[in-house]
Amino acid sequence: MADTTTRVKLQWGVLNTVVVVFALIPVLWIMSLSFKTPATLTDGKFIPREWTLENYRNIFDTDQFVRALVNSIGIALIATVIAVVLGTMAAYAIARLDFPGKRLLVGVALLIAMFPQVSLVSPLFEIERQLGLFDTWPGLILPYITFALPLAIYTLSAFFKQVPWDLEKAAKMDGATQGQAFRRVIAPLAAPGVFTTAILVFIFCWNDFLFAISLTSTERSRTVPVALSFFTGESQFEDPTGAICAAAVVITVPIILFVLFFQRRIVSGLTSGAVKG
Amino acid sequence: MADIVLDKVSKKFPDGTIAVRDVDLEIADGEFVILVGPSGCGKSTTLNMIAGLEDISSGELRIGGERVNDKAPRDRDIAMVFQSYALYPNMTVRENMAFPLQLAKLDKKTINQKVEEAAKVLELTPLLDRRPANLSGGQRQRVAMGRAIVRKPKAFLMDEPLSNLDAKLRVQMRTVVSRLQKRLGTTTVYVTHDQTEAMTLGDRVVIMRGGAVQQVGPPQELYDNPHNLFVAGFIGSPSMNFLPAAIEESRLRTALGDVPIGDRIRRELSRADAPRELILGIRPEHFEDAELIDEETRRRGIVFEAPVDIVESMGSDKYVYLTVEGERATAAELEELAADAGAADFTGVGSHLVTRLSAESTVTEGQNRRVWFNLEKIHLFNPADGRNLTLREGRAAGALAD
Amino acid sequence: MSERSERTIEPGADVAADGTDTRTGGRQAVVPAQRANRRKRAPLSENKRAERKLGWLLCAPAALVMVAVTGYPILYSLWLSLQRFDLRFPAEREFVGLDNYVTVLTNDFWWTAFGVTMLITVVTVAVELVLGMGLALVMHRTLVGRGIVRTAALIPYGIVTVVAAFSWRYAWTPGTGYLANLFSDGAPLTERASALAIIMLAEIWKTTPFMALLLMAGLALVPEDLLKAASTDGATAWQRFTKVMLPVMKPAILVALLFRTLDAFRVFDNIYVLTSGANETSSVSMIAYNNLIRGLNLGIGSTMSVLIFIAVAIIAFIFVKLFGTAAPGSDDGEGR
Repeated sequence: MADTTTRVKLQWGVLNTVVVVFALIPVLWIMSLSFKTPATLTDGKFIPREWTLENYRNIFDTDQFVRALVNSIGIALIATVIAVVLGTMAAYAIARLDFPGKRLLVGVALLIAMFPQVSLVSPLFEIERQLGLFDTWPGLILPYITFALPLAIYTLSAFFKQVPWDLEKAAKMDGATQGQAFRRVIAPLAAPGVFTTAILVFIFCWNDFLFAISLTSTERSRTVPVALSFFTGESQFEDPTGAICAAAVVITVPIILFVLFFQRRIVSGLTSGAVKG
Repeated sequence: MADIVLDKVSKKFPDGTIAVRDVDLEIADGEFVILVGPSGCGKSTTLNMIAGLEDISSGELRIGGERVNDKAPRDRDIAMVFQSYALYPNMTVRENMAFPLQLAKLDKKTINQKVEEAAKVLELTPLLDRRPANLSGGQRQRVAMGRAIVRKPKAFLMDEPLSNLDAKLRVQMRTVVSRLQKRLGTTTVYVTHDQTEAMTLGDRVVIMRGGAVQQVGPPQELYDNPHNLFVAGFIGSPSMNFLPAAIEESRLRTALGDVPIGDRIRRELSRADAPRELILGIRPEHFEDAELIDEETRRRGIVFEAPVDIVESMGSDKYVYLTVEGERATAAELEELAADAGAADFTGVGSHLVTRLSAESTVTEGQNRRVWFNLEKIHLFNPADGRNLTLREGRAAGALAD
Repeated sequence: MSERSERTIEPGADVAADGTDTRTGGRQAVVPAQRANRRKRAPLSENKRAERKLGWLLCAPAALVMVAVTGYPILYSLWLSLQRFDLRFPAEREFVGLDNYVTVLTNDFWWTAFGVTMLITVVTVAVELVLGMGLALVMHRTLVGRGIVRTAALIPYGIVTVVAAFSWRYAWTPGTGYLANLFSDGAPLTERASALAIIMLAEIWKTTPFMALLLMAGLALVPEDLLKAASTDGATAWQRFTKVMLPVMKPAILVALLFRTLDAFRVFDNIYVLTSGANETSSVSMIAYNNLIRGLNLGIGSTMSVLIFIAVAIIAFIFVKLFGTAAPGSDDGEGR
């Protein structure tokens, strides 16, 4: 008996190892490249023979990267905050209130979730040029909010629906207005859901490449994923590989931290909303 | 403290279905009224309309003489206890109970004092700083009640507050609710689907079916004098036995033998639109082992013989299930009651009688037994509309009355 | 998915059930029409009106943003697609009707890109379904290290696609990469077949975890007792999987497939970084982008945008109509 359980455990252990290795290899590889010296960069070895922080020092010395990092953080944060606030309001109404037009809103959100983003690139490119939004923060924040909203609305309304309906009734019976019932009873219970949604939305904005490369043209609003693809190495060093890898690792760190600390929440958020941005 | 009046109150849902139809009800100040009925009868909707959680489609609702149809729940000054208790999980017991008082903008000292007071009444004092997640079902239930009584509202509304408790605790909490209501003297409307709760708790019971009130009255009166088949079948456990009865001259032919009928019933049956078939209703306790009754009693009823299927000894008495020949009684009400019990399609073959005999009876399973039943206590119903034909001026008079 | 969230509302469920019952009870006695008519004009109560107003108020900002940023531009792009409009020659802007559509639809590049996109979509989604199901089973059932597996699986989902794409690119770059000499001595990213295979590998790596998470949500819907019952009834592990689990999971699988298919159809980031569309590896998104941003041809770019939109709509329609995929949230209208 003991033998079989050990064997079963061993089998799972092997399977799990396969999964973990499969998931981590590309990440480890790019980390490895980022720590290699220019001389050993092209040796094709998975583990660096000589370790260096030179690549990191270099990218933080260039305006190109620092500027892009600031853009990335600023744009993603602002878009996240706005999308989550608007999404919370709408999701609360969808989950709790009865009003005409609700189905329509849910339908529109669903359509946008499935919308081919590239279809928006040409008209937005032209419209933003006319409005002077091209190559500005708001020029990226607006489409990010739009495509993050369905994700936020679905995830949040799923969370809101798990809040026991009776509680709001109870709060009303206890003398609360609709607003008070929301603030004092629903909001504290929904806070974890809102937080989870914020993480998902942030990951979405942080990841975007298509809008960022189409709707920006200079360092003014270029985000890191785009800046990466523009690293040429003309400036201080010949081969941009080391720099690209170091920059890639830098923007991967927040994601790894989120995943490490909030694994459970991200899983529940993704599976409840069942929508990818 | 206030009376509650429902004046032709109806609820129609947007899809056109009518959940509550023209309910008239006057609940006196301090009265304890139970709304009872099978699921889907409109009792919870009625309660929610009183609470203000559902709109009233038509009719008028007055609390303390004032029309409150369009008032928000918060302006009606009533408290509600929910089936799920609806405790705020992010607040401690103390905060839960203080919540309505905070919303009413009372000062901290008063709030504290009132919460402590209510906690003492419900023996919650040692639990005040715990969260709902760390409480047992019974404790949660008491906190929910505490939150209702703390602000001394005009009325309490309770929506199946005991149905999530296990059987033993439910009996215990029943007395707690009863005692609390008497002590506070607050008007209370209590919804349940459990007829035992309805019988034991209320001053008056309102039986609902399909959105309409069937009968209103003190529990014993509903039990003794049901106005119709539905009420008769719903109240009582085990429930009343129903058998088909064919009219033949001055007798009723039933599976239990011929039943004589008195003048009044005969007059009733001689009318042009009178039914040719009736339903005979007998409560289990109106049977007795024929060996155990004296001659005097025997004359008031009829003795029949039937095979004994099952004997359940309860200690104080015996439930004896008898098999009887013939069809089962059929009526819309009976089907609905069977559906509510979840047994619509599982009733076995032939008819069964449930009888409640004295513990001294020596009845055993498998034998044929002579059993007596009391003619003064039987009911006769019209299967078409369910009306109780044996009622005279609202009181059951049995089959023999003239 | 929403089915699942419905089920998790424990306390509320009783009330909802009672509410629904109430309606069915009332249905037995529908009031005559004229009486219903009399009530039609009854004014909404204060409560109801306040609820509506609040509902609209809360949804308005989100709805406005979504419609303004998608609705207007999509109409605008329809308009642009009917014009000759090249930003390099703005003077030549004119209305040309469906000419752009003819140009695009008779163009070999477009059809090659379309074929590449379809190939990538079909292959990746099929492989992801199988791998994702395996991963979902591992994440759901593993006895040891469940947290570690789930955390690891989330990394591909969370990581920036461009970063992952660079990692794959350097892995296959001759000289630099540990994989470059795996199969042959050439440069895999410069040959069409191998380049497409690498693009698909990168896509599969990145999105399998997401598929697995959706499927895991479906797995959670399969009652443990059902599987126990099946094994006492004599079902083998494979039979339990195909006869018990798959049917219960079908809605979750279809939703996962729908979302992944539409998502795969938009493939862009990986191609951009891995091949830049060289050697006929462009997807439709890629050539639309090239026409627009590199070619600055708004007319043709918009035409492609509209065509991609139509293709996506057709895919979604096929899923919903043919497979009966219940779109998540489609029962949201019930609200409570």
